[in-house]
Amino acid sequence: MSGASDVIEAEARRDVRNRWLLSMPALLIILLAAAGPLLIVLVYSFLTPGPYGDVQWQPTLSAWVNVFLERDIFDETLSLADAHVSIFMRSVWLSLVTTVLTLLVGFPTAYFIATRPDNSRELWLFLITIPFWTNLLIRTFAILQIIRNEGLINNLMIDLGIFARPVQMLFTDGAILTGMVYVYLPLMVLPLYASMEKLDFRLVEAGYDLYATPFRVLRRIIIPLVKPGIIAGSILVFIPALGAYVTPSILGGGKNLMLGNLIELQFGQGRNWPLGAALSITLMLIVMVALLFYVRNAKGSGARHG
Amino acid sequence: MARQFSVRRQTGFTAIAMVCFFALYLPIGVLVIYAFNAGTSLSVWEGFSLRWFVKAFENQQVIEASIRSLQIAVVAALVATAAATMAALATTRTEPYRGLTLKYAFINQPLMIPEIVTAVALLIFFSRIKVWTGYSGLGYLIAAHTAFCIPFAYLPIRARLENMDLTLERAAADLYATPWKTFRYVTLPLLWPGILAGLMLAFVISLDDVVITEFVKSAGQDTLPTYMLGQLRRAITPEMNAISTLFLLLSICIVTVFFFVNKKRI
Repeated sequence: MSGASDVIEAEARRDVRNRWLLSMPALLIILLAAAGPLLIVLVYSFLTPGPYGDVQWQPTLSAWVNVFLERDIFDETLSLADAHVSIFMRSVWLSLVTTVLTLLVGFPTAYFIATRPDNSRELWLFLITIPFWTNLLIRTFAILQIIRNEGLINNLMIDLGIFARPVQMLFTDGAILTGMVYVYLPLMVLPLYASMEKLDFRLVEAGYDLYATPFRVLRRIIIPLVKPGIIAGSILVFIPALGAYVTPSILGGGKNLMLGNLIELQFGQGRNWPLGAALSITLMLIVMVALLFYVRNAKGSGARHG
Repeated sequence: MARQFSVRRQTGFTAIAMVCFFALYLPIGVLVIYAFNAGTSLSVWEGFSLRWFVKAFENQQVIEASIRSLQIAVVAALVATAAATMAALATTRTEPYRGLTLKYAFINQPLMIPEIVTAVALLIFFSRIKVWTGYSGLGYLIAAHTAFCIPFAYLPIRARLENMDLTLERAAADLYATPWKTFRYVTLPLLWPGILAGLMLAFVISLDDVVITEFVKSAGQDTLPTYMLGQLRRAITPEMNAISTLFLLLSICIVTVFFFVNKKRI
């Protein structure tokens, strides 16, 4: 008797061992070229900046102090680093507004696709998938062309006599926002669609049978049912928006920085790698909080998605 | 036909969706149109011409950057897909075992960390290694691309595997097929569309990457996207539109194939 169960147990152990071996290449590559180096960033955030970039191996907390505080160059007193704080605030604010705007536009769009007949639904979905997989840089460039002083919008407005002269749109927060909404919109639509696709319209019908208005049906039936999609889409937009680098650096110009650009600055002209490392870790912590929020809500809603 | 009351209808949703699709394609459309502009302007149409495409093809930097992009994308996509296929086989169709959740988290890790953070981490790590080993070739870029391509390749392969039960594999084993033969003649042919989809996703993702490449590349290692990023900060001519148009065309071809491969069910 014990022989048989031993054999089964040995077989199971062998299976798990093989599964570990099989996943080793992927795990090792990610350890070496993605996850592992993150630990080095943590170490670097506690070191002293070197004179020409890189670091000197003297442990210090000054990078972390500099994330939010700055030392006055004359009397050495510490005060809140207004520049950093305002960039943090702006990044979080712009990312939140981007998330809300993509949700407001993406929700009806996903609903529209989900309620098409089977044969045309594929086509609409395909039309969302194309921008999803085309280069983010090219899409940002496309927006740049439209909102430049000599761009389509300004030319059109001047021709129509609405603007007397070109209105400066590029290099403003509005430009960053437009670009991010444009670039991240497909990231919102696809998960929303995935959960709307499974929507049981008999429930909606039941709502109407009970004399609910269309708006009430939307608010009390559809939105609660597709909540997992709303949360997934919001996370998928919020996280890359918060760390955005390409879009703000092209559309925001030099002045309108976001966190990603502030980090890059420390590794370029700023030559303060430890501060850059500390800022990166801070960004990662904010993302972790957002992800925790996601995990909690995804569990709480009880529905499966993905 | 009389208009019927539809339970699916929500006032204004169709209008918003139409505006959304229009807004998604208008900027891309304008970009493509001005690639064919005879003049040097990005907003004044001066007639049809292919001169900017000719110029792009004669631009040595563009050619070199394109070849480099393709080299990196091909190697990274192949390695990432192979690793992802093995990882997917190891993490699906099993009772939960110790470390399984950890594996999921690890494989999807590049998706969860903002790209800029990974970019900075790799800049620090690889610049150390460059000093130690003296090697500064394309290997770093390929390694970095492979790592962030793995989760993208993993997703469709895993999805495919989860829809396949073990019945056919068990049947093969009952007929005395060796594990390798079972894999080669049963699992692999069934899994193939997933692997192909993963490969194409990984390829596109690698081809599109800007941020990580920008931080990891050594001098003279521009890929097409980082070259374009550099050019965007200078005076822009329709040559950029021409390059973008060709790039778009390539992406659209791959996505189209992906879309149809992925849609086909067993």
